[in-house]
Amino acid sequence: MTAQEIHDILKAQFGDAVLEAKLENVPDPFAKVQADRILDIAAFVRGDERLQFDYLMCLSGVDYKGKLGVTYHLYSMVHRHKFVLKVEVPTDAPNVPSVESVWKTADWHEREAFDLYGLNFTGHPDLRRILLPYDWEGHPLRKDYQTPEYYNGMKVPY
Amino acid sequence: MGLLDQKFESSNVVITTMDDLLNWARLSSLWQMQFGLACCAIEMMAASASNFDMMRFGVIPRATPRQCDVMIVSGTVTLKMASRIKRLYDQMSEPRYVISMGSCSNCGGPYWEHGYHVLKGVDRVIPVDVYVPGCPPRPEALIEGLIKLQEKIRNESLVQKKAV
Ligand code: SF4
Repeated sequence: MTAQEIHDILKAQFGDAVLEAKLENVPDPFAKVQADRILDIAAFVRGDERLQFDYLMCLSGVDYKGKLGVTYHLYSMVHRHKFVLKVEVPTDAPNVPSVESVWKTADWHEREAFDLYGLNFTGHPDLRRILLPYDWEGHPLRKDYQTPEYYNGMKVPY
Repeated sequence: MGLLDQKFESSNVVITTMDDLLNWARLSSLWQMQFGLACCAIEMMAASASNFDMMRFGVIPRATPRQCDVMIVSGTVTLKMASRIKRLYDQMSEPRYVISMGSCSNCGGPYWEHGYHVLKGVDRVIPVDVYVPGCPPRPEALIEGLIKLQEKIRNESLVQKKAV
């Protein structure tokens, strides 16, 4: 199925929740959707017979300076097509519904995005840091992150 | 001397000092604390494998600090790992030695500026005896570092009283 057809199905099902799309002249065609509808959309694209996106290839956090985002790279093992969903949330209220209930892969991916970007995945069963130590302060991949002088008595800068 | 070619048959006597004997024994069986932290660990493994065969110097990788004489810190020391390294080092029995292998554990390596998570040199948490430069150092370089450590041990004294 082409990106245009996938986008048309999404648009027909969710209407205004699909905000904008770029389907041509990009390596991975994507659609930007409303953050608070992402769980519904995820469940739909996984379950729908025509789409069957049964594989979440990657879930990444992004800092757009002033906004945070999450990008979902989807693939269908059945139909062998792929598509990208994106959401954006304000930095001071970075709440995104968790898609862990749809794709189990999202569990650790969302923990990683929480760890490094401070995205709050609502409904995630176990939102803890996954890479950094539990007592780390801040989220290092944010653009405004300041490296601390000391961590547990160890000097950090060179 | 005829010690080896006579296969110890006639009761030969070798005279040496206690220090030399102990040091010879220690430097010929440096058991290595086995853990790799990053890409340098691949070269450490190559140094232990058949082409370079560090075991001919008596270096045997051990999986517990309590049986080890030398810790080869091979790779990037993250801040999360640093406290574990300190703890493993404390569990080794004395006399103990540390070889810092590669730029990362020497000084932070490629992460010296933007590595918010990297300790800029393992010598910030444990004392280091030999630094092996390189990113990564070749197995020959690691073996050179090992021989440097053997030299250091050869000149030590366990018997003489230390000045307090
Ligand atoms: S010094 Fe280079 S090769 Fe060794 S761990 Fe660091 S980056 Fe990897």
